[in-house]
Amino acid sequence: MIEERPLFIPEQNIVLEHNGDIDPEVLEDYSKIEGFTALNHVLTEMTPPEVIDQVSRSGLRGRGGAGYPTGLKWQTVAKAPGTPKYIICNGDEGDPGAFMDRNVMEAYPFKVLEGMTIAAYAIGASQGFLYVRAEYPLAVQRLKNAIRQMEKHNLLGKNIAGTPFSFDVDVRLGAGAFVCGEETALIASIEGRRGNPRPRPPYPAERGLFGCPTLINNVETFANIAPLLRKGAEWFASIGTEKSKGTKVFALSGRIARAGLIEVPMGTTLREIVFDIGGGIPDGKAFKAVQTGGPSGGCIPSDYLDMPVDYESLLKLGSFMGSGGMIVMDETSCMVDVARYFMEFCMSESCGKCVPCRVGTAQMYQLLTKIVNGDATLNDLALLESLCDLVRNTSLCGLGQGAPNPVLSTLRYFRDEYIAHIVDKRCPAGVCPVHKREHQEVNA
Amino acid sequence: MNKVRMATVWLDGCSGCHMSFLDIDERLLALADKIDLVYSPLVDYKEFPPDVDLTLVEGAVSSEEDLEKIQRVRQRTNLLIALGDCAVNGNVPSMRNAVGAQAVLERAYLEEGLLDRAIPQRGVPPLLPTVLPVHVVVPVDLFVPGCPPPADAIYYVLTQLLEGKEPDLSSMTRFGK
Amino acid sequence: MTVVTLKIDDRDVSGRDDETILEIARENGIVIPTLCYLEGLSIAGACRLCLVEVKGTSKLLPACATRVSEGMEIHTNSERLTQYRRTIIEMLFAEGNHICSVCVSNGHCQLQDAAVALGVDHIGVPYLHPHRHVDASHELFGIDHNRCILCARCVRVCDEVEGAHTWDVGVRGIEARVVTDFSTPWGDSDTCTSCGKCVQVCPTGALFAKGKSAGEMTKQSEFVEYLVAMRGRRS
Repeated sequence: MIEERPLFIPEQNIVLEHNGDIDPEVLEDYSKIEGFTALNHVLTEMTPPEVIDQVSRSGLRGRGGAGYPTGLKWQTVAKAPGTPKYIICNGDEGDPGAFMDRNVMEAYPFKVLEGMTIAAYAIGASQGFLYVRAEYPLAVQRLKNAIRQMEKHNLLGKNIAGTPFSFDVDVRLGAGAFVCGEETALIASIEGRRGNPRPRPPYPAERGLFGCPTLINNVETFANIAPLLRKGAEWFASIGTEKSKGTKVFALSGRIARAGLIEVPMGTTLREIVFDIGGGIPDGKAFKAVQTGGPSGGCIPSDYLDMPVDYESLLKLGSFMGSGGMIVMDETSCMVDVARYFMEFCMSESCGKCVPCRVGTAQMYQLLTKIVNGDATLNDLALLESLCDLVRNTSLCGLGQGAPNPVLSTLRYFRDEYIAHIVDKRCPAGVCPVHKREHQEVNA
Repeated sequence: MNKVRMATVWLDGCSGCHMSFLDIDERLLALADKIDLVYSPLVDYKEFPPDVDLTLVEGAVSSEEDLEKIQRVRQRTNLLIALGDCAVNGNVPSMRNAVGAQAVLERAYLEEGLLDRAIPQRGVPPLLPTVLPVHVVVPVDLFVPGCPPPADAIYYVLTQLLEGKEPDLSSMTRFGK
Repeated sequence: MTVVTLKIDDRDVSGRDDETILEIARENGIVIPTLCYLEGLSIAGACRLCLVEVKGTSKLLPACATRVSEGMEIHTNSERLTQYRRTIIEMLFAEGNHICSVCVSNGHCQLQDAAVALGVDHIGVPYLHPHRHVDASHELFGIDHNRCILCARCVRVCDEVEGAHTWDVGVRGIEARVVTDFSTPWGDSDTCTSCGKCVQVCPTGALFAKGKSAGEMTKQSEFVEYLVAMRGRRS
């Protein structure tokens, strides 16, 4: 049973508007809630530069994690020489504890496609691809259904809505590799090659899919487009903080009373998210940290609960916006164990192409395992820190560059827990193998 | 002038590094004026003595005996030098690490064994599960790679150290040389 | 295309703006270590040895994949870079089972050379001691995965120059290996033309010609550059 929410809910829905009110499989339902009005307006009354200008002035930034200004990206692709141009929607969501894009694709397939179509018009693309992980079969089914219905209603395909603009979209399935969320790996995967990242530049905006200028945006970014153009850039820019505009969808999970998807204006504090919306920590336990940004992110301790959540402040705290996963941890979570969990994830998801990520994640995982087992020395900790520095600065793509972050951020805020495992051979949270050993020795 | 108290130790290796040491040839006589060889497989002392200035270690750490020996050597030595690839990186003895000690014993004594076809249990030190380079077990002060390191490299290292200089071996030897 | 001037290690140099930092450095006798790079093959950017510091960005950039631009100031051999490069070499040694003394390429190995050049005299990161295999099923050649550093030169030369695409990379992360066809024995390959290009471009003793003993395997990879130049370069 989901608890009744308090009367004051500081949520604001742009991406998740009309939450649950419409049937995601019926185009007419979406039309009833102003669906496709933005698309029709754009196609009949706006020039591509005007669309890009609106998006730029709205201050919308990429919701996939890095926060690159969306309007600037569109402009770059629009201006890039070469044809054809492609557009890709990145639906390869794979962070542990993240299910925002899944929900958006399942509940708002028409909205994602409307956003893509508007973007295609703005940059001059005639073909788009929705890259969705195969583990999201319902999302795939609904997107394919939405594409079919939009084609039937002349909202996709040749001469959309009677205008000269034509645009087709196909769905491509990921085969279970996290690294394919990285844009150059994703492009390789669509091209039918092994999903390995390659050095940038050239950026996809210049040379992307099949060597052509390509716009890649995340699902949530595209879902923001139609409401943004319907209500105007000024309206959008009035929400959020100075540098982070609009809202962000987060997937709240872990040790929290009400887990699930939320959408809040940028700048909402962690305390509001965890305690007001999430209902706080269950079973009377104490809040310890919240992990944001997935395997490239970090753990934020209680000292920073009043920090407003936006791209810059998360970076300042050694974490990362990421795609919007938020895993809440209480006093029963061991931060070394958490770091080890994420390192194991990165190790198994590393593509293996570049040396620092391939070998470094395995080395760091081994060292963290030594620490949780109580077999490590302070020399091992020093080696771990130097490997973090190396892997972060020398890896080829974001997966490797971000892989040390969970370790670095837990070392920054919870160094004493590492020291307890290494020097005192003790796990303060009582979850690591070293704890069980200590327990046995006491009993013996 | 007091002579430098030097020792050499032979762990899991083929003794090639010791042969290479002997290949210093007549220059050994010059060294002998400055060095007192207090322990070595080349001489007959049974116990590793205390207060050794400099020890050359040949071989990887493969058995419990190697492990005890290198720990005692480290305690009693001021400057510990890993001599040759086995000591530096495990080299040929470490080739068993990929399959494990048991598989090696079974191949040697059960599959290929000529006599009683049994893995010996008494009178031989148990093998460690993994063959380790010396620096993984105890701190090492200087690395002299090579299989074996050339006599010139060994002589150069010793003379430099005797003169109180830090040797730069990069042009004289490398892994596998 | 325009001509640009730039500084590498405080030396004034010039080049075309379609050249990379690595190309211009080499033209000027400035040594930047590489393992995955091979003139004539596409750029992988995988080994990360050629990372350099470029003024104006805090990121380290791969010299092999970064085009030069006017006024660039590049440093190729700072203490920090050398330390990173050493550790990367150590990681490669620790990741496989590199026993130089019994390797066919002993003395003719680019991994060994890089270790010497960077002053790597022991391996400071923990050895992983993986269990890897040797595939000797091909009539003329063999591959010892214990010595493979996954530079993927074999993959690229087979695809880009020979056009056979027998080699590729299978699995991922620390388990990744180069594979022939669909990870079937090399000797059973339907696509392999037995041209031996992969063997010649392999920087270590991982790919070798049968019948060679320790230290006997020398390789010639210059043909790639020549072949590609003769065919006319595709961008």
